[in-house]
Amino acid sequence: MNELYAWAAIALITLAATTGDVLLAYSMKRVGDVGELWKNRGLLAVIGRVLSTPTFFLGVLAMAVAFYSLLFGLSWGNLSLVVPASASLTFVANAVAARIFLHERVGRRRWAAALLVAAGVALMAL
Amino acid sequence: MTFRKYLVLAGITVFSTLGDSLLARGMKELGGISLHNVSGLLLAILNPWVTLGILLLLAFFASYMSALSWADLTYVLPATSLGYVLVALIAHVAFHEQILPTRWLGIALIAAGVGFVAVGPSVTTHAHPSTHDDVPADTVSQEVKL
Repeated sequence: MNELYAWAAIALITLAATTGDVLLAYSMKRVGDVGELWKNRGLLAVIGRVLSTPTFFLGVLAMAVAFYSLLFGLSWGNLSLVVPASASLTFVANAVAARIFLHERVGRRRWAAALLVAAGVALMAL
Repeated sequence: MTFRKYLVLAGITVFSTLGDSLLARGMKELGGISLHNVSGLLLAILNPWVTLGILLLLAFFASYMSALSWADLTYVLPATSLGYVLVALIAHVAFHEQILPTRWLGIALIAAGVGFVAVGPSVTTHAHPSTHDDVPADTVSQEVKL
């Protein structure tokens, strides 16, 4: 039963984390290079611009769902199962989602990286 | 990619790893939380390990947001994935979880993946759309150029 709870949490973490990552990446690309902005306009300008981006809050909401699913999962499964399993699935889901929704150029190198890391992370869950 | 940007990527790796590990330690102390005991999930924040873990995850979040403002999601995620190697090592040292041969293989694959993205470009610019016409230019990547 603990195993079932752990995998339910893993599925929920993957879905919520991918949604959150894509929304946050989209928001931060709209904000622009934070380092440049901080240097030229100050930290308050950075915070102000991030907080005035509506999709940022949707991203945070999705991440909060992922975070509480993680707490839930960690209380049932091993750190070394829940973290690698959800992360592995999230790497692949994110590569697909980033290409579709963010129009990132996911070439052979990026796919190789995402799949190698996903496989490596999955192996560590065995 | 400047030295400071590599430092931010390193920060993402270390903060997320330590944060997760401290959370795990705190949650193990609290024991299993079920759907019948949701208040336990809210009270978990009062555990000092969980509190410290959350603080580190906030530091992770700030550096992650910074990285996403100047690099692609599909670059940042693999580039910071060495954290899972750190998780295994911390789990081994702190919780006495075993590192099996398959895990060592996993560590090797992750390192190879990190190597693959690390030598490639960090952000999609669409500066030469003619050579990559399979991916349409869009408003987001146009803004990256600014």
